[in-house]
Amino acid sequence: MTDASMQGGAAAPSRKSSIHTIDARTKKRNAAEARFKAYGLAAILVGLFFLVVLAVSIVRNGLPAFTETTVDLEFVLTEEQYQEAEGTLFKTAAYTDFFIAGLREQLVEDGVEVAFDEDAIERILGKVGGNLREFYRANEDKLGEPVSFTMSASSRVDGYMNGRVTRDGLEDSRFLMATDLDLVDVLRDAGIITQSFNWNFITGADSGVDNPGGAGIGASVVGSFFMMIVVLVLSLPIGVAASIYLEEFAPQNRFTDLIEVNISNLAAVPSIVFGILGLAVFIQFMHLPQSAPLVGGLVLTLMTLPTIIISTRASLKSVPPSIRDAALGVGASKMQAVFHHVLPLAMPGILTGTIIGLAQALGETAPLLLIGMVGFVARGYPDGFVGGFTEANSAMPAQIYTWAARADVSFYEKAWGGIIILLLFLLTMNIIAIILRRRFERRW
Amino acid sequence: MTVKLTASALAIAAVSATAAAARDNVQVAGSSTVLPYASIVAEAFGENTDFPTPVVESGGSSAGLKRFCEGVGENTIDVANASRAIRSSEVEACAENGVTDIIEVRIGYDGIVFASQQDGPAFTAFEPADIYNAIGNQVLVDGELQDNAYNSWAEFNSDLPDVEIAMFIPGTKHGTREVFEDKVLLEGCESTGAMEAMMEAGMSEDDAEDACLDVRTDGKSVDIDGDYTETLARIDANTNGIGVFGLAFYENNTDKLKVATMSGVTPNTETISTGEYPVSRPLFFYVKKAHIGVIPGLKEYAQFFVADEIAGPNGPLSNYGLVADPELAETQAAVANEETMGEGM
Repeated sequence: MTDASMQGGAAAPSRKSSIHTIDARTKKRNAAEARFKAYGLAAILVGLFFLVVLAVSIVRNGLPAFTETTVDLEFVLTEEQYQEAEGTLFKTAAYTDFFIAGLREQLVEDGVEVAFDEDAIERILGKVGGNLREFYRANEDKLGEPVSFTMSASSRVDGYMNGRVTRDGLEDSRFLMATDLDLVDVLRDAGIITQSFNWNFITGADSGVDNPGGAGIGASVVGSFFMMIVVLVLSLPIGVAASIYLEEFAPQNRFTDLIEVNISNLAAVPSIVFGILGLAVFIQFMHLPQSAPLVGGLVLTLMTLPTIIISTRASLKSVPPSIRDAALGVGASKMQAVFHHVLPLAMPGILTGTIIGLAQALGETAPLLLIGMVGFVARGYPDGFVGGFTEANSAMPAQIYTWAARADVSFYEKAWGGIIILLLFLLTMNIIAIILRRRFERRW
Repeated sequence: MTVKLTASALAIAAVSATAAAARDNVQVAGSSTVLPYASIVAEAFGENTDFPTPVVESGGSSAGLKRFCEGVGENTIDVANASRAIRSSEVEACAENGVTDIIEVRIGYDGIVFASQQDGPAFTAFEPADIYNAIGNQVLVDGELQDNAYNSWAEFNSDLPDVEIAMFIPGTKHGTREVFEDKVLLEGCESTGAMEAMMEAGMSEDDAEDACLDVRTDGKSVDIDGDYTETLARIDANTNGIGVFGLAFYENNTDKLKVATMSGVTPNTETISTGEYPVSRPLFFYVKKAHIGVIPGLKEYAQFFVADEIAGPNGPLSNYGLVADPELAETQAAVANEETMGEGM
């Protein structure tokens, strides 16, 4: 270029160029580069925009799930009332009636001057009977003594306190009347209805559809946890052993090629297929219990294995051959070279791959649909460690799916809240993966 | 690969040896319409008795009955929920797998309502004929049977708003679809005269009935295979949309939806229980008699479900939107006596 312009000299001013004036072709090239940079930037900005929209909508929709509206009341249940309630078939309803009567007395005592009809208190309260019965069955000595209870209010009162429910919106509602809100206002001013952090959402189990206040994600977190144990215990050793054999020991022939192709294909199989397989093999053929985290874990193991094998093989490959040669050179056997030198160096990569595979399995719903983990399943905590594997339980994504399909809007909020918890778990796992990689990764 | 499979099979066998202990909870699966009620009962059953809370899975009536009919034994379900009666083909499939004694329990009635956006056009009164004219495949125009080309509701009924037709109806996997076809489409087909015209054109009565159930495929009628929440989302996004919901779902979302009358009757638990409101259907669950006495709490669960305190007019189910069965006492007796299908009917 410089040669050409020097030869051209003053005779051809159009071809003359200097580093101070930029010619048309350079301009064009610079413009193309600037355009490409702009495209890239735009792509990143669009991606960021969607991420922000997603994060904002998740947080905005999910935060109400973490506050609960409660009714605080000091309440006395007499021995006779206890016996009477225990004598009925629908005991919890009897407890609820006593609690409502107690709240009504309290209101009369306080001199509340709002007109409210017979059932207003029932509509304001959530389902309290179950908690009351549980408490008094465990503490019979508290009968006849005043005990202060904090009971959840109904989902619509909760919505009113959060601003989701308005007076206009209650026009046709049978579950809470617009007039009841006057009573709610008075109770709030009297400090009987308060809002607090909803611990029950984090520690509780699933509840019936008419009891959104009692629903929590805790039991399904436990279900997910036991599933992840199964996945980890089975897929890590199997996956690592398979990769070491394929990478270090297996002869290169048609047969191993076939296996390799199959593993890569298996990684791309839709997860629902593993669900159908799980139903047919584990439940119908092997007679494992239905809806159990054990079966869920086995299905997810099948799904996670290819991911772990592929990432393990990649990290084994990235260990330089000189390490193996050096080990073999000083007289180590093949196995010693692999286990004393290659494997420790590949470990950060293997762990990262495993954690990412687990995170993927943690968020998987489709296969769980088929093995009966969707519905009213996460009803309580399992009984002991073995029970955690065999007793019917749900998993976090399945629980979120269940809640999103329920009629009451409060459950929809809970579904978003559940997404926040699930994302926190995924984020933690990914951060652990990153830290492991940063800490232990060796570069050559 | 084979090595891996054997290894995992060994691991499974080791765990399953401990897992094969007796199941102590009732296992239920089936209709997503019955699921809400079953979950209310299951929770109450767990709270009020010493039995563990039953597990209630969703998945749809047909899927539930299919699993119910897989056989007898602990790894099969005890109860199938259904939003329609069991079909004779399903009874046969059951019998083939050894499930012969089935107790049918009717828990009450479910109303099916038509609702549109709260702020949308005034869709407040429908006749079955209107729905048929809107989404039927072949409609009668000026005495001629032709492919449905209506774009707006006002074109066939000047009382209805002049807005584009957009209906969201339950997909064919739902039990609700069957009721919608029987009580609305077929009814409308007959009352508009389309069915008569089809039969005059040479169709047999059965063929004409089938043809009446065909809905137009030009996108004005959309099948929803998901739950009512999906229908609600579609209605939210479309001012002119009309959706088909269960009564309980509508009552839980009155702030977003307004309901239309059918043949002049407003749907609520009263009009449905008296039969005035035409579009309703019974809900059932089916109990495997062979499991009673094997699975603890199974009979107690069935009895608890249909007790007056639960399924009666003032119970939690009716409070949530189930229309109580006026003949509940007979059902209670049938459950108490473990009357199987064919015996008491």
